[in-house]
Amino acid sequence: MGQTIAEKILSKHADRPVKPGELIISNIDVVMVQDGTGPLAVNEFKKMGKGKLFNPERTILFIDHAAPSPRKELSNSHTVLRDFAKEYGAVLSEVGEGVCHQRLIESFVNPGEVLLGADSHTCTSGALGAFATGVGSTDIAVVMALGKTWLKVPSTYKIVLEGEFEKGVYAKDLILYLIGLIGADGATYKALEFTGSAVKNMTMSDRFTISNMAVEAGAKAGLFETDEKTREYLKQHGRENKFVEIKADDDAEYERVININLSDLKPMISLPHTVDNTKTIDEMPKVEVNQVYIGTCTNGRIEDLRIAAEILKNKKVKEGVRLLVAPASRQVFLQALEEGLITTLVNSGAAIVTSGCGACVGVHAGILGDGEVCLSSQNRNFQGRMGNTEGFIYLSSPATCAYSAIKGYIADVREVL
Amino acid sequence: MSILKGKAFKFGDNISTDHIAPGRLFHLRSNLPELAKHVLEDADPEFASKMSKGDFVVGGNNFGLGSSREHAPQIIKIAGVGAVLAKSFARIFYRNAINIGLLLIECDTDKINAGDELEVNIKEGYVYNKTQDIKLPFPPLPDVMIKLLNEGGLIEHIKKHGDFDLV
Repeated sequence: MGQTIAEKILSKHADRPVKPGELIISNIDVVMVQDGTGPLAVNEFKKMGKGKLFNPERTILFIDHAAPSPRKELSNSHTVLRDFAKEYGAVLSEVGEGVCHQRLIESFVNPGEVLLGADSHTCTSGALGAFATGVGSTDIAVVMALGKTWLKVPSTYKIVLEGEFEKGVYAKDLILYLIGLIGADGATYKALEFTGSAVKNMTMSDRFTISNMAVEAGAKAGLFETDEKTREYLKQHGRENKFVEIKADDDAEYERVININLSDLKPMISLPHTVDNTKTIDEMPKVEVNQVYIGTCTNGRIEDLRIAAEILKNKKVKEGVRLLVAPASRQVFLQALEEGLITTLVNSGAAIVTSGCGACVGVHAGILGDGEVCLSSQNRNFQGRMGNTEGFIYLSSPATCAYSAIKGYIADVREVL
Repeated sequence: MSILKGKAFKFGDNISTDHIAPGRLFHLRSNLPELAKHVLEDADPEFASKMSKGDFVVGGNNFGLGSSREHAPQIIKIAGVGAVLAKSFARIFYRNAINIGLLLIECDTDKINAGDELEVNIKEGYVYNKTQDIKLPFPPLPDVMIKLLNEGGLIEHIKKHGDFDLV
């Protein structure tokens, strides 16, 4: 019997053929924490008394969630990570280097590998054909020490994508549509595998956006096969030699198959307070916005900033609305500077925030006031997510965000494209 | 720990880790006993002050969705909650709870009201709702969970065996 992408990668890492539902011990290639989950992992690691890291060069600590630190307690947590990196030889990604998931795809993760991260959006790297999933700090502490973990092999949902996006519709709209369709727990414990003729036309940035949000349907991983686009991406980031072909067998077995024609999709909005609470833009009432946020591991890449800048060029953000933009990484920020996108965005009225998680995690840099509405390109709109239970978060593509910032309400970007 | 007794505190569907341990309290993550005083505050501001040791958190579908922050199950445990009962759990929360030794029970929580007196019989696999005099069966816990719970969590397991001894 053939295997899905998840089954293939996990078989290789368990050194035997594995089947869905089996409990396995899997070798882990890359392990990471961020400043919200890292200090606890460091603590648990020390409790175990193993003394050293299994693979220091591929143990990465990111300071991105509260970066730069807004409070002394968080500054002290950052110190814990810096000291640990120095003492044990782990890799440290400092304030301003960017969101962990963006940094991982740019510099650390390769096709066919297994990445375990103490962050739920670790699934982003699935777009590179890696099995990447989020776990907690204790799991990570053990991986740091032993280089392996226990996993239940997931069964897979095959998501077959055909057709082409209409103008104004993007990968973000597709993934919001899918989550609305199957629900926030619609794929709990499952792997999602995205395939079909539309995939080969998708940019890597599109694929990262889709994989990033797999967890919002409860999934363990969001996987793509590798192709020439994957190879090109790796080449641009200096590791073409890491390319390997990752592909499901033709006779692989899937628990469920979902077909989506991209040309049927419209710009999507996710309404407070769950990601699966979706509407098409046509179904939306007029919702005025106080804050618009473009950035994050979901949609803070150069491609996203290009789209936003094109819409905001020679336009002004509506009076009374604040537009925050956080390039997902330093690399993205530098590229955006070089292309003049930052000038365009700032001229339109945007405030540029440090590359990192920024306002999305509710720690700093864009906390909502009571009753305020934010439209964001991020992945989550839970109550209290942006630091205030009395705030209301709507999710959309960066294009919808940019146009809505001009209009002052959640607007249909197709009007200007 | 084969029979646990306590009162039900009822919550709805999709209780996220942001409800349990919100980002606005990020700075307390390095002080779990302090963070535990705010456990589930964004779902029920009075929960932490009203609950007694051994009481149960009772959710609906997809309890614990969202962020991987292990601080969420940690502070539920530190607050003294006997177990979390829900119709279903989000994957990472479930795994974290196993690893740190917090008991989770999947059962039909529609048949539990706020304030009901409950008895959880782990060995025989049922929740007895004393207030309503009904038994709610639950499937046996996975072997890996029983083993880790008995050994006091994943770190203790590794300390004892030097490696994984689960499969």
